[in-house]
Amino acid sequence: MSKANINSHTIIKVQKLTKKFNGFTAVDDISFTINKGEVFAFLGPNGAGKTTTIKMLTTLLRPTKGKISINGFDVKHHQHQVRRSFGIVFQDFSLDEELTAWENMYFHAVLYKVPGNLVKKRINNLLRLVGLSDRKNNFVKTFSGGMRRRLEIARGLLHRPQILFLDEPTLGLDAQTRNKLWSQIYKLNHKYQTTIFFTTHYLDEAEKMASRVAIIDHGQIVAQGTALELKQLTKTNSLEDAYLKITGKDIRQESVDYMSKMRLRQSRRPR
Amino acid sequence: MIKIIYIMWLRQIKRYWRSKSRIIGSIGQPMLYLVAMGFGLGGIYQKAGGGNYIDFLAPGVISQSIMFMAVFNGVDLIWDKQFGFLKETLVAPVSRLEIVLGRVLGGATISVIQGILVFLLTLVVGFKPENLSYVLPSVGLMFLIGLFYASLGTAIASLMKDFHGFQLIMNFLIMPSYFLSGALFPLDSAPPALQTIASFNPLTYGVSGLRQLMAGTVNYSLGIDILILIILSSITLSITSYLFTKIEA
Repeated sequence: MSKANINSHTIIKVQKLTKKFNGFTAVDDISFTINKGEVFAFLGPNGAGKTTTIKMLTTLLRPTKGKISINGFDVKHHQHQVRRSFGIVFQDFSLDEELTAWENMYFHAVLYKVPGNLVKKRINNLLRLVGLSDRKNNFVKTFSGGMRRRLEIARGLLHRPQILFLDEPTLGLDAQTRNKLWSQIYKLNHKYQTTIFFTTHYLDEAEKMASRVAIIDHGQIVAQGTALELKQLTKTNSLEDAYLKITGKDIRQESVDYMSKMRLRQSRRPR
Repeated sequence: MIKIIYIMWLRQIKRYWRSKSRIIGSIGQPMLYLVAMGFGLGGIYQKAGGGNYIDFLAPGVISQSIMFMAVFNGVDLIWDKQFGFLKETLVAPVSRLEIVLGRVLGGATISVIQGILVFLLTLVVGFKPENLSYVLPSVGLMFLIGLFYASLGTAIASLMKDFHGFQLIMNFLIMPSYFLSGALFPLDSAPPALQTIASFNPLTYGVSGLRQLMAGTVNYSLGIDILILIILSSITLSITSYLFTKIEA
């Protein structure tokens, strides 16, 4: 796979972004820009501030300080325009299990005001793209983890967003499903020039897919550049080695929130 | 705006309709009250000159089941918070008011369906409505009761992160509301202190209104019952909308 389909127009601009929770600084004065069409990997150990950053970029959390511009709109003042600009696949599953795949998609189409005459065609096309056409009338509770992820990606693209946020989209998936998922994301990036912002703990994925990488640790961005630049900087042979050299080899304390989410996910894993 | 409210409403209805065990389970408790209390205390009530207890009890049990169903539907929001679906709605380019209205109207509708099911059940155990032409206005009143309690449940759920506080709601809000509403015994023969407490209980006005429409027994005037429920629903819905805008995922 070749790398992303990029142009020079800045689509995400983050300036001096900070988020504090009761005195604890989760994200500490970070800045970065992402160009349209980039595939940007946002890496870091557990509890480093990745998800908190994504939540601020997607209007789910109010920043304590700093500015975010998405597709030219300020996140604080133009929330609706910002929300129309992106699709998101959350770290946790966010589908309604009691609805069918089609119903989940339709629900999203209405929320994002997709024109009525396009809804059916777009849903069918996207379900075909993610290989779920034949399961469209099945309840999501009967889907495997990989199928749910693919459906979430299809749903995130239904309103033709400029940016797709993927928060650990391949966590817990087998190698085949991961491979299929990334090849679909790659297709999207090339076909529609969709900007991809993703987090992952699989550094081989980041090295293979991302046109640029940022590493966040203890709430601060400690390195930014292409995988090659980071390897050269750290005099290592792989992004994983570069990452370990930058962030250290100590195992990080996972936050209570993260652990409870993981337990929840385990308990909800499809039969 | 209407389409967003409609899709949120539709989702609630579909989830309810597909959960047959929930529908069957939700008529178990009213059935128990009607059979155990209706037949158990019916004789004593009649000897005391109160008339047919089932006729007295039925509107109370219908109101209670509407309240339960509406509050639980509101509290359903915690489920969506815990299992991630809420985030899908929170990042959508729609106002939170639309989301809240759809959810609350869905909860109110489901509670009316529940009320109608329990009403049919009361007919089976011998309830004789005073005037069948009042059934339709009764459904309107059921909706008002449902609207208030679905808003209340959603407001509470907006403040809760998980189900740990749920037992508190049951023990300190739902059950006292039921027992102190005049659903099970006539308020006019209760001690004055209890009557005063009951007058601050929203369900009292729901029970009073339904009893007047269905059984022809007057406690407060129907106009007052309806007015109070409309005012309380409006206030609660405003508070719920405000709290919902403050939710951070």
